[in-house]
Amino acid sequence: MRLYVAVAAGGFRRYATYRTATAAGVFTNTVFGLIVAYTYVALWDERPGLGGYDQAEAVTYVWLGQAMLAACSLLGGGFEDELVERIRSGDIAVDLYRPADLQLWWLAGDLGRAAFQLLGRGVVPMAVGALVFELALPAAPGTWLAFVCSVLLALVVSFALRYLVALSAFWLLDGAGVTQIAALAGMFFSGMLLPLNVFPGALGELARALPWSALLQVPADVLLGKHTGFGLLGAYAFQAAWAVVLLGAGRLLQYVATRRVVVQGG
Amino acid sequence: MAELVRERGRLRHGVAAYRLIAGAWVRSTMAYRASFALTLCANFAVTAFDFVAILLMFSHVDALGGFTLGEIAFLYGTSGTAFGLAELLLGPVQRLGSRVRDGTLDTLLVRPAPVLAQVAADRFALRRLGRVTQGLLVLGYGLAVMDVDWDPVKLLMVPMMLVCGAAIFGAVLVAGGAFQFLAQDASEVSNSFTYGGNTLLQYPPTVFAKELVRGVTFVLPLAFVNWLPALYILDRENPIGLPSWLAFLPPFVAAACCALAGLAWRAGLRSYRSTGS
Repeated sequence: MRLYVAVAAGGFRRYATYRTATAAGVFTNTVFGLIVAYTYVALWDERPGLGGYDQAEAVTYVWLGQAMLAACSLLGGGFEDELVERIRSGDIAVDLYRPADLQLWWLAGDLGRAAFQLLGRGVVPMAVGALVFELALPAAPGTWLAFVCSVLLALVVSFALRYLVALSAFWLLDGAGVTQIAALAGMFFSGMLLPLNVFPGALGELARALPWSALLQVPADVLLGKHTGFGLLGAYAFQAAWAVVLLGAGRLLQYVATRRVVVQGG
Repeated sequence: MAELVRERGRLRHGVAAYRLIAGAWVRSTMAYRASFALTLCANFAVTAFDFVAILLMFSHVDALGGFTLGEIAFLYGTSGTAFGLAELLLGPVQRLGSRVRDGTLDTLLVRPAPVLAQVAADRFALRRLGRVTQGLLVLGYGLAVMDVDWDPVKLLMVPMMLVCGAAIFGAVLVAGGAFQFLAQDASEVSNSFTYGGNTLLQYPPTVFAKELVRGVTFVLPLAFVNWLPALYILDRENPIGLPSWLAFLPPFVAAACCALAGLAWRAGLRSYRSTGS
């Protein structure tokens, strides 16, 4: 356990090193947040209460999305490129020799990275958003605590999805295509473009059942106080179920893949 | 006069070098046709999702900021095509920071061709035609369903928007690249003006705060890419009360932007100090 804490702390420090890049990211998140927030204001002006949100809640959703974008690697940019490269070059053999579990190792590192990006890139844009727009941030500390738990689950689901994507490199060697398709799916089905509860009909039903909705839509609804009591437990259960299923699938794939590496290595 | 002739000679030399390098990259891409087709489709799909989000919005409303779906498609198409062209021709400039950091820029400095031409043509990616195609399709849809009294001036204005818009976006890309001579890790800042600007222009100006519209009219003149000409074509009032003849200015604005971006690039290149390793 101490090993993985150290790996997570390393992940945090590694991303904290690039201060200019972080400042640039904060700036970009703020600009995009402003642009998207104005379009949402226009949309909710036309249709107040769309998707069960009022205007302040919709705008809060936008800024939360900008805060979660880098932490959940919704557009890529997490550990997966590095892992793909290690698989392609064969360096993965060194990783498998280490007295640590491969999946947990990368999970710890990725959680450290996510924690930094949530704090480093999330807080400032959200503060700017609160200055320019009226946000619906909760006053009760309990809601914030519930939100933090939901974000933690979201980060695990996000990792589990990208781990599967990265492991595909064992078979394909070039991960570019799969990574691109996964990023596409993530962008659309996470609710980054538009909240999933605004998606019409069957598309909405489908989008809300897929694992990507655990990344942004569920934490946002928890923060906005849409899930309370048993509803909150249901939301957690939804996220946790996808986390378990996807981590399990990753473990299975890893088992099959590492047997393959032994065969390849001769 | 001699100065002008020399400038023109350098420009021709730069374009020739650009075509040579870009051509080599196109040939290398075409060696893997299936992979090229896949990345082209992916590039198309990524940009198409933006428009799907707008379509989803319009499944709930009939107008956004007083503009219909057809009119927004017109804005989206002009901005998307103009930005797509700029990105196709100059996109790799955005990666200048990583070249400065890993020292590969030095190789370009010793080659007998303008550095900007080399950087811009580096890894020339034909897959970026995906964004251009998507923009043109949406533009075609917008033109087909939009209700406009066309006259020759308005008709000529559409190609002008695409060409001048591409030039303005191109200038922003080059200026963003020049900025990376100073701050190598800050490539994301230029993203907010290029990709962010493109997203901004896809929606009508009436949606945004007046300060923001003023900012992209007078400070970073992105409004000249499509907002001002489109307001003229659609016979709309300018939300910040500017006269409609501004719609005829994009060629001059584009020329000024390109000149400024060129100066910024030269200043950046001159300030470059190699690590020497």
